[in-house]
Amino acid sequence: MIWSRHNISSPSRADVLLARLSGSLAFAVAVLLALVLLMLFKESWAVLASGGWARFFAGEGWFPSSGQYNLWPMLWATLVATLGALLLALPLGLASALFGRFYAPRWLVLPLRRVMMLLAGIPSVVYGLWGLTVLVPLIAQWEPPGASLLAAILILALMVLPTVALTSEAALAAVSSASLQGAAALGLSRKGIVLGVALPEARAGIFSGALLAAMRALGETMAVLMVAGNVVQTPGSLFDPVRVLTANIALEMSYAAGEHRAALFASGLLLMLMVAALAWLAGKRGGRLYA
Amino acid sequence: MSNDNPTDRNPCSYTLGGIEQGAPCCIPVPHIQVQDLAVSYHGKTVLQGVSLDINKGCITALIGPSGCGKTSFLFSLNRLNDLIPGSRVQGSIRMDGAEVTAPDCDVMALRRKVGMIFQKPNPFPLSIRRNIEMPLREHGVRQRGELDARVERALRDVGLWEEVKDRLDSSALALSGGQQQRLCIARALALEPSILLMDEPCSALDPIASAVVEELIRSLCNRYTVVIVTHNLAQARRVANYAAFFWMTERVGRLIEFGRCQSLFDHPSHDLTAAYIFGTSG
Repeated sequence: MIWSRHNISSPSRADVLLARLSGSLAFAVAVLLALVLLMLFKESWAVLASGGWARFFAGEGWFPSSGQYNLWPMLWATLVATLGALLLALPLGLASALFGRFYAPRWLVLPLRRVMMLLAGIPSVVYGLWGLTVLVPLIAQWEPPGASLLAAILILALMVLPTVALTSEAALAAVSSASLQGAAALGLSRKGIVLGVALPEARAGIFSGALLAAMRALGETMAVLMVAGNVVQTPGSLFDPVRVLTANIALEMSYAAGEHRAALFASGLLLMLMVAALAWLAGKRGGRLYA
Repeated sequence: MSNDNPTDRNPCSYTLGGIEQGAPCCIPVPHIQVQDLAVSYHGKTVLQGVSLDINKGCITALIGPSGCGKTSFLFSLNRLNDLIPGSRVQGSIRMDGAEVTAPDCDVMALRRKVGMIFQKPNPFPLSIRRNIEMPLREHGVRQRGELDARVERALRDVGLWEEVKDRLDSSALALSGGQQQRLCIARALALEPSILLMDEPCSALDPIASAVVEELIRSLCNRYTVVIVTHNLAQARRVANYAAFFWMTERVGRLIEFGRCQSLFDHPSHDLTAAYIFGTSG
């Protein structure tokens, strides 16, 4: 019997070496991930063992001093901020990708992409600085206090915009020229080609990009911490200050001990599970050509 | 088999009439008049000095080795060269009295009138129905009833209806290669063109699927003006009424000989044609 995986490399020494090297390094990455997960479980065990996950979704709120660890308010803030950022960034990023791919004059395409890459590379703390000094005062003029869910949404939208734009552009660039030629040969207008052929064919890639952006927004800590106001409460309006899960860990880790500390690790674990779920979804959908 | 006189063929019961009836191919009526056509990419000329009349309702085969400008010629007939950066088309192409190469030519209307089939079947990643409907909608056909009727008629015309009528809403990509190519032909026919351009439509298909598509192309004779690029000389002989032989001289593609298919194959008047057809060069 012949197994294909045994046939990939030739028996030459260099091939064997390369196969072993890349294989063991790939394995090391997987082990690292497993170790991180294990550490999160171990550290949060103190709380999980006494009452399990239920403790995080019941109770009056987040009062570590009296043993109340209800994560709902912060979970809501996290989810609403992520969703809001995505709703803003998706149309903007997609429009930018479509413009760059189908409408922009040739000389503008590369500068546009460079700007997006630069935007993607700006450190989050710099976004935070800008948000703190420009965005928050602006919102405060409109509706005090300024540091709010809205500020978090806007900052996050700005941060994930390049992710959406760059992945969408890559997905649109991967649309086969055969399809585009075929569409043009049928007398379709530019609009018809974009809406009828390019977007449907790039749909899976755009979707994966949006999920990638959602993961980034979920995990973002510093910039949100600087503009969101960090009051633990279920947001009633866009102008309420909120605290997201990531910011909570960053704010309290330095002094937390015992069960409180374990609760922070558990919220880290929750974040990780959410991101993992998104990654799984992206992989599942991204692999499908036709839906 | 003689293709020289297409009126010998049995008239089929046509459901689609791209062309007005009454212009059978044996009475040569020019449909596309090409004068001194030259195509270049980034200043490099790939095709030069091509002049010929393509007759209405006839199948004209373009033969010759790879790289001699056949596809460039084909692409300039529906202005698809516009999509290729750095391309330039000079000369005159008149179609139904209008100048195709003119800057004010309505390219979308032109492409609706001139359908194109590519070498590799290129159905869109949509359902079978949407593949045909989408271009129709784009050209202003919106009524549900008419859309359904046109989809069915186009699919019947390519002999695909019975095979796919129960799964119109499933992916076109699940069809076999031959079915995909027939779907692409149906997609073009649904727009009711008068001219069909085909760029080696059978070369990516297996022999059985190829035979089916070839038979379909033969049935298009007298209804559409068909220009087909093919590397398969036997196929050109079987399907075409006219043949044009392209060859590269001094690194530029040129039209060497053009005439009735049978006379070109049986009594080529040019040495290069004879050498290519009888297999001593190319």
